Amino acid sequence: MKIPAASSAPVNPVVTLRSVDKVFDTGVVALEGLTVDIRPGEFVSLLGPSGCGKSTALRLIAGLTEPTSGQIEWPERTKTAGHVVGFVFQEPTLMPWATVRANVNLPLKLQGATSTARPRVEAALAQVGLTTFAESYPRELSGGMKMRASIARALVTEPRLLLMDEPFAALDEITRFRLNNDLLALWQSLGKTVVFVTHSVFESVYLSQRVLVMTPRPGRILRELSIDAPYPRDERFRTSATYVEYCRQVSETLSRALAEEG
Amino acid sequence: MSVGSTKPEMRGHEDRALRAVLPVIVLALALVLWQAVVWLAQIPAYLLPGPLLVLSTLVSDWTLLSASLLVTLSTTVEGFLLATLGGVGLAILFNQSRLIEYSLYPFAVILQVTPIVAIAPLLLIYLPQQAAVLACAWIVAFFPILANTTLGLNSVDRNLADLFRLYGATRRQMLWELKLPAALPHMLAGLRIGGGLSLIGAVVAEIVAGSAGAGSGLAYRIIESGYRLNIPRLFAALILLSLSGIAIFFALSLVSHLLLRRWHESAIMSEP
Repeated sequence: MKIPAASSAPVNPVVTLRSVDKVFDTGVVALEGLTVDIRPGEFVSLLGPSGCGKSTALRLIAGLTEPTSGQIEWPERTKTAGHVVGFVFQEPTLMPWATVRANVNLPLKLQGATSTARPRVEAALAQVGLTTFAESYPRELSGGMKMRASIARALVTEPRLLLMDEPFAALDEITRFRLNNDLLALWQSLGKTVVFVTHSVFESVYLSQRVLVMTPRPGRILRELSIDAPYPRDERFRTSATYVEYCRQVSETLSRALAEEG
Repeated sequence: MSVGSTKPEMRGHEDRALRAVLPVIVLALALVLWQAVVWLAQIPAYLLPGPLLVLSTLVSDWTLLSASLLVTLSTTVEGFLLATLGGVGLAILFNQSRLIEYSLYPFAVILQVTPIVAIAPLLLIYLPQQAAVLACAWIVAFFPILANTTLGLNSVDRNLADLFRLYGATRRQMLWELKLPAALPHMLAGLRIGGGLSLIGAVVAEIVAGSAGAGSGLAYRIIESGYRLNIPRLFAALILLSLSGIAIFFALSLVSHLLLRRWHESAIMSEP
């Protein structure tokens, strides 16, 4: 599968996947020949049906699993993955026995930070608007607030790269739209690089600069689409003709991806 | 609190009051009936003493019975504490090393499925009596603690474990910050079962040891009273055993509730 060449930017990519294959112990080929550059500061979505390996791609970047073959390169990295990568799971994945503040503090605690941690935790809580809920336990929060806490935890180590694995899939539409907007605002103000996995065409178009459409069995990138709409994007963009046109394009590509599966 | 929500809340209060009051009423009725039957049928005390006689025996024999109660309770508590140490410790060891788990787990099961009454005579041959009684309490109580803690340690949220790995958590941090807190509800369930069982283990061992000599626990008093047809004292000792079991259960339930009330689903139902 041919991947359009990355625009000749002078800066190094944050991470590059080069002909990455991933075969599970069961013999299932999760990914085949995955080649992609993640450029600094961009918002890129991996879009595809379930089983297309998009979550596996994210776990490979996070270092939670090793590629069967191929390389994952970090041109600018010197430290371990935990310092440069934040991960948001599909579920909030909070420790139910700990307060929101303790949950957000966890990455710093695991890395051995102590005295410097407090202001960073408070900053991360403020960024997602959870300051007043710092002492609450996860079960006392709504689904959307739990996800905010999960995002705050991913941000607390100030990572360059934020990996998000269908984070809003389980939320109702109203909450999802609000978190989409908040995520875009955070992305713009913090200048992070975001790799966002989703199976929603509408969500991928609304959020991303680039959408990588993937096909299942084996997981490959079928096509890359650029969403050339200016930020900040808001509800006006969500109802604009441009948005609808992009959704149509992406949707067609996705249909082709599914047809190829047979 | 809105007006709409007061009604179910009232019902909740009523429900709890009924739960507390109804058993007490049933108990009182049963005691009255028991006493009446004993009086009217003029049943002799060596066959069936009335509750009043049992109560007065409890008071008059208190010196003897309280000493026995103390013996049984201390065996139970010691056995329970050792079972907690052994059960939780072994569960952690199993969790850290698969080889150790595969090697030892079957024997823990064998120890559990072999009836304790059948093991007790052997233990009494090989160990001093006090140690044998303690060993019985330990054997019976430790398995549910081991099994439940193992279950808890193995039911850690996979994503949460991934998150810990992502941030380079050490084995120690994995254990203390993730696995043990996640296992706590299961572990406490195991402790609640183990608490009651260690009392049973202590009683079984005392009964088996009974004829052998110097034991003076409550179960020994029950056997001795039976031989002597001192049935009122037998009932009094039985009541003390029963109350001990109830006290152990409530104490462990309270500990469990206090530890889990802020975060675990099981503790939410009992909140006001």
